Amino acid sequence: MTAAVENQPRPVPGGTSGTAAAPPIIEVRGISKIYGGEVVALQDVDLAFEEGRLISLLGPSGCGKTTLLKIVAGLLAPTAGTVHVKGRAVTGPGPERAFVFQDFALLPWATVLRNAAFGLEMQGVASGRREEIARHYVAEVGLSGFEDKYPHELSGGMRQRVGLARALAVNADVLLMDEPFSAVDEQTRRKFQEDLLRLRESERKTFLFVTHSIEEAVYLSDRIVLLSPRPGRVSRIIDPDVPRDGDPDEIRRHPVYLDTVEEIWHGIRKYVE
Amino acid sequence: MTLFGRRVPMMASLLLWVVVWEIIGRFDLLLLFPPFTHVLAAMVEVVTSPSFASAMATTLYAYVVGLVLALVVGVSLGFLMGLLRTADGLLNMWVNIFLAAPLSALVPVIMILFGLGTPTVIATVFMFAVWIIALDTRAGVLHVSPSLIEMSRAFGASRTQRLKIIFLAALPEILAGVRLGVIRGVKGVVIGQLLVAIIGIGALFALYRQNFLMAHFWALILILFAFALTLADLIGRLEKRLEYYAGARN
Repeated sequence: MTAAVENQPRPVPGGTSGTAAAPPIIEVRGISKIYGGEVVALQDVDLAFEEGRLISLLGPSGCGKTTLLKIVAGLLAPTAGTVHVKGRAVTGPGPERAFVFQDFALLPWATVLRNAAFGLEMQGVASGRREEIARHYVAEVGLSGFEDKYPHELSGGMRQRVGLARALAVNADVLLMDEPFSAVDEQTRRKFQEDLLRLRESERKTFLFVTHSIEEAVYLSDRIVLLSPRPGRVSRIIDPDVPRDGDPDEIRRHPVYLDTVEEIWHGIRKYVE
Repeated sequence: MTLFGRRVPMMASLLLWVVVWEIIGRFDLLLLFPPFTHVLAAMVEVVTSPSFASAMATTLYAYVVGLVLALVVGVSLGFLMGLLRTADGLLNMWVNIFLAAPLSALVPVIMILFGLGTPTVIATVFMFAVWIIALDTRAGVLHVSPSLIEMSRAFGASRTQRLKIIFLAALPEILAGVRLGVIRGVKGVVIGQLLVAIIGIGALFALYRQNFLMAHFWALILILFAFALTLADLIGRLEKRLEYYAGARN
């Protein structure tokens, strides 16, 4: 069943999910973020994320989940507190972290292949080598044959696959995903979620995933960090014990999946009403 | 004139006006309006005359130098205003004033500063073209999606690489400004030379006017119009291609 820890400042490592406790790859200590001196987006957030897991940051809009993700990415500076990734303090973006954007953020003048190779290009990888790597990941996300297309020739879901290929290509340890599927339609989103589960198996990376969809969080995550809004705080940590080895459609009918979705909804609804 | 040959509807309406012009010209009412056929005949004469070639060379030189200066300064100014709030606060009002101001009135002042020659014409072209380029560049830079800039930071782009990305993302707006700047530059070169009146096309205009060569006068005007329109059309085509690529911007 699910292991729910009420109002715990630090997560209990491992939970009951069965895997052995790995050392934390991301440590968030005492993070606060205040916008413009008055809007408290995050208040005193402490979290630790273990290597090789998929962790979701879930909460209603305005709970600071994207803010937290961008602080971990080094794109935003916190007002107080520190973030350590692989033991090193975060002061800005770094090659061990890759970001997937909600609105894809592709270069409209570059082909799929060049977009996927963008991070490698910035790192100064030689063009032959980076094309080879980019080609591999473009295929990995299921876009073979589209290498020479431009973003405007692709559907929203395909554009986000390019965004994912770009993040995978730099071979970062941590993938930070900011509501990556919120701008694509429901069918594409489901297919995408299934592909992400498959990719997780083959890539062995740590995923930090921001979403406002309870179903998505429960379907994908090893651990769900529930944030409460105004000010953004960790309200609960849930380790959904959903078996993911079977048929993807089985998961959505599994009683544990359904119960966890329901449970989270009951916890969250008071913020929505 | 390939420009008129290409667009059939535009040509049709032009033809109507040409016929009206011809008829009025045939009545011999005004010295100012010779028949259109005379203008065409004069055009051949104008284009083949040696004074036209040298006038064109002087004019083109002033135009190109002024426009290149306007491009460099305008795009840099627009970038500065788009990226730095303080620069924008300091400059925005002035750029807008210069854009709206009747710049022809400034040409005599420019003449005092630069003398009766090509430098004045270059300065006039510059003043006519630079402000719209700066403002459109600023708009383009401000319109670049914040997530594109975040993305380039997240993937480790250096400062120069980030500026390059901003430039490319703002290129459609920059080109719109350049197209308008190119047209305004033609205005600038003509007005500058008319007021200086001793060099280039301006000298030719003065010559034709003083000798009542109205057919030649009109022929020269038609050539200038065609020149300005052709340039604008060329840049417009480049713009369309870019907009096509930039169509995915969200």
